Amino acid sequence: MTIKRQAYIVGAFEHPTRKAPDKSVAQLHAESAAGALKDAGLTKDDVDGYFCAGDAPGLGPLALADYMNLKLRHLDSTDLGGCSYIAHVAHAAEAIAAGRCTVALITLAGRPRSEGHSGTNARPVVGNVPDATWEAPFGPVTPNIYGLCAMRHMHEFGTTSEQLAWIKVAASHHAQYNEHAMLRDVVTVEDVVNSPMISDPLHRLDCCVVSDGGGALIVTSEAIAKTLNRPLVRVLGAGESYKGQAAGAVDLTYSGAVWSGPPAWEMAGVKPADIKYASIYDSFTITVLMQLEDLGFCKKGEGGKFVSDGNLISGVGKLPFNTDGGGLCNNHPANRGGITKVIEAVRQLRGEAHPKVQVPNCDIALAHGTGGFLGSRHGSATLIMERI
Amino acid sequence: MADHVFVAPPASPESAAFYAAAKEGKFLIGKCTGTGKYFWYPRAVSPFDFGPTTMEPASGKGVIYSYSVMRRVSPPFSIAYVTLDEGPTMMTSIVDCDFDALKVGQKVTLVWKPSADGTPVPCFTPA
Repeated sequence: MTIKRQAYIVGAFEHPTRKAPDKSVAQLHAESAAGALKDAGLTKDDVDGYFCAGDAPGLGPLALADYMNLKLRHLDSTDLGGCSYIAHVAHAAEAIAAGRCTVALITLAGRPRSEGHSGTNARPVVGNVPDATWEAPFGPVTPNIYGLCAMRHMHEFGTTSEQLAWIKVAASHHAQYNEHAMLRDVVTVEDVVNSPMISDPLHRLDCCVVSDGGGALIVTSEAIAKTLNRPLVRVLGAGESYKGQAAGAVDLTYSGAVWSGPPAWEMAGVKPADIKYASIYDSFTITVLMQLEDLGFCKKGEGGKFVSDGNLISGVGKLPFNTDGGGLCNNHPANRGGITKVIEAVRQLRGEAHPKVQVPNCDIALAHGTGGFLGSRHGSATLIMERI
Repeated sequence: MADHVFVAPPASPESAAFYAAAKEGKFLIGKCTGTGKYFWYPRAVSPFDFGPTTMEPASGKGVIYSYSVMRRVSPPFSIAYVTLDEGPTMMTSIVDCDFDALKVGQKVTLVWKPSADGTPVPCFTPA
């Protein structure tokens, strides 16, 4: 069974809030779901498959499925961290192709900003996590684990802070046109490298925002998609994997994209040069750079050169990326950016991105993400989509 | 400035012998009985063949594979991966040093530091 051309993304909605102290997390999920269904032209009663991940409060998908009072014949709470929702699109396509559901709802939401979560705070140690007894003493928070990757990349390949800064510069050029973006000011390479050091070699402006918010997607069959009055965007290829420490054979120079990418390219039958627009998970600038290399947009070690001089800016460079401003400037709801990656790719494929950043004739797009911690253990998901 | 406080390692049946040895100043790493290969972190089930394992004394010598100094807390602290002479690379912290002078590839040697509950944790310092 292949999922190539078997499933259509007919609804995509990004919650406009970036700070929601007066809303519950469940409410943000449900409001996002309602937005995506309205976008698709479907109703709550059409949904028969539900997908969510670790941001969903309660046991797996159960509490939210019940809060939304859904009637379901398929549930999936696969958690690969922030890229889960990219994988969920593929899982939904599989379920649809297998006849286990016909209208799949994927939701994400959270309030880390209102709840005062910061990436520099230690995450609570959860009982029985096997690595915690060995690693918790050393304070692996978020920026320092990504800093380890950036430091090694600089050592191996001569990558510079200025090159990493270009990734933020490109995101800021796009965010200026997004009325909902948290950070709309265009920044320069100098602004990034002169911002305070958070965890060497990553500066404040190498880091994504912390935002409240949510998003939702609707995936369905060809038969239903063709009854809806929406541009047709369908799944062309997908892959997922993870990368860990390999029992001590640590190699921080590459990400799980080296495994999630190839099956997606092969299934889709396209190559990096065919991609008109790419959503690339941008928890930090280094995340983007490594994933671009690992997906084959440039050679390993040449990511710094590839992202420089505006190459990721829509209308300027060869690979327009994260035209909503990405996690670096726009939104990183629940500290998980995967769903917004798919949403902006769908906007681009539909021709519904902001006119200032819309890629002309955007017929093939990619959304890719990592989840968890790039420098210790992370999930990886790749999705290639086409407009017909 | 107060010293950085290391979080106490959460207890685990799989690390009890390691931290008991640490209290006597002995540094152990995992070894797969079936393949004879060393690994990190230690665990009861071999990550190579799912067979039995032991914990064996190690030299405590290695080189910095990568490091990052968290500057947004006071005092700053380092996190690092150190590649041991025995082969495996482990997450740790570089201590008793000038953070601004650290280099990838630098030789380091093991030093025990007390964590919040007194349990010694394996850190490294420039050799």
